[in-house]
Amino acid sequence: MSLTTDDVKRIAHLARIEIGDDEAQSTLKQLSGILGLIEEMQAVDTAGIEPMSHSQDLTQRLRDDVVTSTNQRELFQSIAPAVENGLYLVPKVIE
Amino acid sequence: MQWEVVIGLETHAQLQTNTKIFSGASTAFGAAPNTQACEVSIALPGVLPVLNKEAVHCAVKFGLAINAEIAPRSVFARKNYFYPDLPKGYQISQYELPVVGKGSLTIQVGDSEKTIRITRAHLEEDAGKSVHEDFHGMTGIDLNRAGTPLLEIVSEPDMRSAAEAVAYAKKLHELVQWIGICDGNMQEGSFRCDVNVSVRPKGSDKLGTRREIKNLNSFRFMQQAIEYETRWQIETLEDGGTIQQATVLFDPETGETRAMRSKEEANDYRYFPDPDLLPLEITSDYISDVKQSMPELPEAMKARFEQEYGLPAYDASTITSSRGFADYFVSATAAFGGEAKLVANWLMGTLAAKLNEEGLDISASPVSPDHLAGLLKRIQDGTISNKIAKEVFDAMWTGEGDADAIIESKGLKQVSDAGAIEKIVDEVLAANAAMVAEYKSGKEKAFNGLVGQVMKASKGKANPAQVNEILKQKLA
Repeated sequence: MSLTTDDVKRIAHLARIEIGDDEAQSTLKQLSGILGLIEEMQAVDTAGIEPMSHSQDLTQRLRDDVVTSTNQRELFQSIAPAVENGLYLVPKVIE
Repeated sequence: MQWEVVIGLETHAQLQTNTKIFSGASTAFGAAPNTQACEVSIALPGVLPVLNKEAVHCAVKFGLAINAEIAPRSVFARKNYFYPDLPKGYQISQYELPVVGKGSLTIQVGDSEKTIRITRAHLEEDAGKSVHEDFHGMTGIDLNRAGTPLLEIVSEPDMRSAAEAVAYAKKLHELVQWIGICDGNMQEGSFRCDVNVSVRPKGSDKLGTRREIKNLNSFRFMQQAIEYETRWQIETLEDGGTIQQATVLFDPETGETRAMRSKEEANDYRYFPDPDLLPLEITSDYISDVKQSMPELPEAMKARFEQEYGLPAYDASTITSSRGFADYFVSATAAFGGEAKLVANWLMGTLAAKLNEEGLDISASPVSPDHLAGLLKRIQDGTISNKIAKEVFDAMWTGEGDADAIIESKGLKQVSDAGAIEKIVDEVLAANAAMVAEYKSGKEKAFNGLVGQVMKASKGKANPAQVNEILKQKLA
């Protein structure tokens, strides 16, 4: 699979990363290298092996459904750039 | 050309837990903004999600209720997108391995039954809320809802009309409340539906391009939205146009659906397994335990009502459409001790109409099952007629006491004294000579008119069977 600079720019846009033409070029090289590595790994025969979704062979621990958090709004909002009436304020978004 | 509409639903049911799916913050509705938004809810760096046991319990209950396979191992994934009410930049959901697999739900539309297949149901977290009022050109963000546990239930595109889609949504709505995993409050957003609609020439087995109607929070709007959307798609195609895949919103003011401004770039959620969460393992022992604790399901109860009480399928289905109705029916029938069908008739007729009229849930009915049973006893033993019973019912509704007290105080007791009825009949015959002549010349209808006159003269209290009998004798 080969990437183009357009792919790189699209991926950067989806991740909201601003990227210039030069940087897109160098990133293209790096990403292509990673994809090459994956291609090599895909040559390994994995028939009959269950895909792994986590590096540790453990299962999820569950938590009892009991409220343990208290209201710390003032503390959390003390480091927010803008708040009003208990709300966090962000640049206007309308979809 | 004949067209066929194809509909599938994605439903988000908010699970009835005390805390969020991945943290110990409360999920209580209506708290002041951000007072239930802990460090996990607002995504401070370094925090880790820990899965809520009760959310898993709810998902397993649902899987059992729709006869689905419960995955012994399911995986949480990150769905990546940017929006300020999603502070992590991704929603934790399930993608390739959902907790609940293929199942089904049987719906009733008119007289026929239809099975709707359910593709899957998966656990995920809700996002926060954006407040678009003017905060000096900024948007306010409330993260109380962020992290609330949801079960997303995805159906196959098995529905062929707005009525079927609404029947499915209602059935699902009743089921999640029945098994106690969701409060079903649509106003508060506890139960929301996205509806995928496409049309195709009748007989075709290829699916048309679909448009998704987002966030419908009432069954009435769902019906209207689907009907409008179907008409719009058919008209567009008949005018030679094409349907573009899109997300649309329903405007209750105009009754129309409207495409949301399409984003410059198609969504690409780049799902991948969430490294912060380990696979969820569900053992068969656990599943059997949950099965043991499940209430009798509507389908099973419906079959039992047909068997045990001799109810027709339609009655059994209507009465088991909600747990409140079913419980009421069982209590009233036990207290009554007579024909269960009579209880069913009153429940589905007078009582349901009255509840509907006043927008009340059956749990808030001013007429208790015992009161209704008391009324039915007096119908059965001939103390009052069906017509008078309605009057007594209305009086019970407004809190005037039980049936016996009302019959007594209003003097509504049916007149079954043959002598008294004969006297009224004689008066009516004397005053309606024309009708009598009509009847005698062969017009059967005139008989009913005479019965009506007698009932009227007795203020509805004469025993109708006796009136019939005496009239027949006198006219013979």
